Amino acid sequence: MGSLRKFFRSPSACVGVAVLLALVLACAFASRLVPYSPFDQNLEQQLLRPSAAHWLGTDQFGRDVLARILVGTKYSLTAGFVSVLLSLAGGLALGIPAGYLGGALDKGLMLACDILLAFPGILMALALSMVLGPGIYTPMITVGISSIPVFARLVRVQFMTLREAPFVEAMRAAGAGGFRIAVKHIMPNAMGPILVQSTLRLGIAIVTAATLSFLGLGAQPPAPEWGTMLNDARTYFMTNAYLAMFPGLAITVSVIAINLVGDALRDHLDPRLRER
Amino acid sequence: MYVLKKILLTVAVLLGAAICSFLLLRLLPGDPAEALAGPQAALEDVATVRRSLDLDKPLSRQFATYMGHLLQGDLGYSYRTHRPVAQEIEARWPATLKLSLTSMLVAILVGVPLGVHAARKRGRLADTVSMVASFVGVSMPSFWLGMLLIVAFSVQLHLFPFSGDQGPLNYVLPSLTLGLGIAANIARMTRASMLDTLGQDYVRTARGKGLSEFRVVHLHALRNAAAPIVTIIGLQLGALLGGQVVTEMLFVWPGLGRMIVDSLNARDYMVVQGGILVLAATFAVLNLLTDLACKALDPRIRL
Repeated sequence: MGSLRKFFRSPSACVGVAVLLALVLACAFASRLVPYSPFDQNLEQQLLRPSAAHWLGTDQFGRDVLARILVGTKYSLTAGFVSVLLSLAGGLALGIPAGYLGGALDKGLMLACDILLAFPGILMALALSMVLGPGIYTPMITVGISSIPVFARLVRVQFMTLREAPFVEAMRAAGAGGFRIAVKHIMPNAMGPILVQSTLRLGIAIVTAATLSFLGLGAQPPAPEWGTMLNDARTYFMTNAYLAMFPGLAITVSVIAINLVGDALRDHLDPRLRER
Repeated sequence: MYVLKKILLTVAVLLGAAICSFLLLRLLPGDPAEALAGPQAALEDVATVRRSLDLDKPLSRQFATYMGHLLQGDLGYSYRTHRPVAQEIEARWPATLKLSLTSMLVAILVGVPLGVHAARKRGRLADTVSMVASFVGVSMPSFWLGMLLIVAFSVQLHLFPFSGDQGPLNYVLPSLTLGLGIAANIARMTRASMLDTLGQDYVRTARGKGLSEFRVVHLHALRNAAAPIVTIIGLQLGALLGGQVVTEMLFVWPGLGRMIVDSLNARDYMVVQGGILVLAATFAVLNLLTDLACKALDPRIRL
């Protein structure tokens, strides 16, 4: 608990966690906060500018933009978390054997990672999205799969350095088996930097998922996904620029909050990496 | 020795990229022959198209043919235009390359001075402002930045056009869109690296012997802080090429990124494979060059 209190002594951790909590709560209680449904169309109130009745205005179907943005939080945050968990699982599955066992297996896996990393990430995500077809799960899966190599390398480096650590040698001398050492003893020590990187990748995952939706490959209308809303807003550039503002602002604010938490976690768990 | 090993690795990576893009594309739903023949085409027409493109052959045969041609430098023919893929790429490549260069220029010209300035004014208002700005820049989706720029400078102020590649003014908004996010990353790295070197003994010596502050900062400290900055610039090249795809879609840019997306949608496999291969090759060569540049800047680095 003392460690947690120390973590929250950092202002950026407090601000980041507070903003994320606020976003999640606002999403959960959106129907009580805003007197409009994110889906109900009202063709008499199309494309209204922000006003007292509609704080962020209405879209081309007369839907309240604020209600849509609040509910949209769940798409982006879920996409971020699920995809990072997916790439973390894949990264652990490939990185632990590569880093802990080394040898030809390591060389082969790292060559495969190099090959996958040679594609600009978004191209890989684009092609995978087309294989899967548009839908809310598509960005999660594609972003998750396409960043497995990044995580595999990170896990590998952790296990490679810790493999030679004195405590591992002691465990080995005491007769513990290889798998047991890797999972029960190295893993807890490797988790700090891995957790830090996962948090920082979370922001990237949210942006990439929104980018795919923006290109029409993610959640389909009428889902109030932020990237999808921005894609719709392109039609109204000339007349209703505010439609292009708020969903993007929502993405940026949530990514800033996550990055603040990530930076604070890094300072807390991995002081060697601290930025001066 | 090192260079040789790196080049061999690059070749292996490119071969792998060719294999991956080939296999991934065959997983795509939709039949290129049907897409090409059109919705009203009779079954036999579709079959003729399929035969003419060799799509009726087994996958292993198609793959062998593709790799055989590829090794001779032949990227194949577009299904849609029947022109050689190499020609299609040649037509689009300059637009992408020019936009990448101007964006990188924006990123370096904004990022490095911002980071140096923040490091010199450490803890003061200028430092805080530039670090908050680059934090926001790192967190912002580039396509949204592009939309904001379009709304502000095209729609409202009518200063710059926002579609196509007709002249120098067309480069301003897409270059800013791609460049500013990268500038934010570069600024953060530059600041950290400069703070490191500004605390070194030789910087104190340089100050002590009465050199001007400009000489100390730019000739002594910045040179020694350069290796990590060049590394981060190299790492950002991937982000640059990736961001290029979305930026080209947003600004209707006649480049490789949009060509790949359009061809993906039309199931024009050969063009997609060629485009991905060229992008991967560019990325690999640029990575190799950054590694070498880092070594030249800091001989202590052993590669």
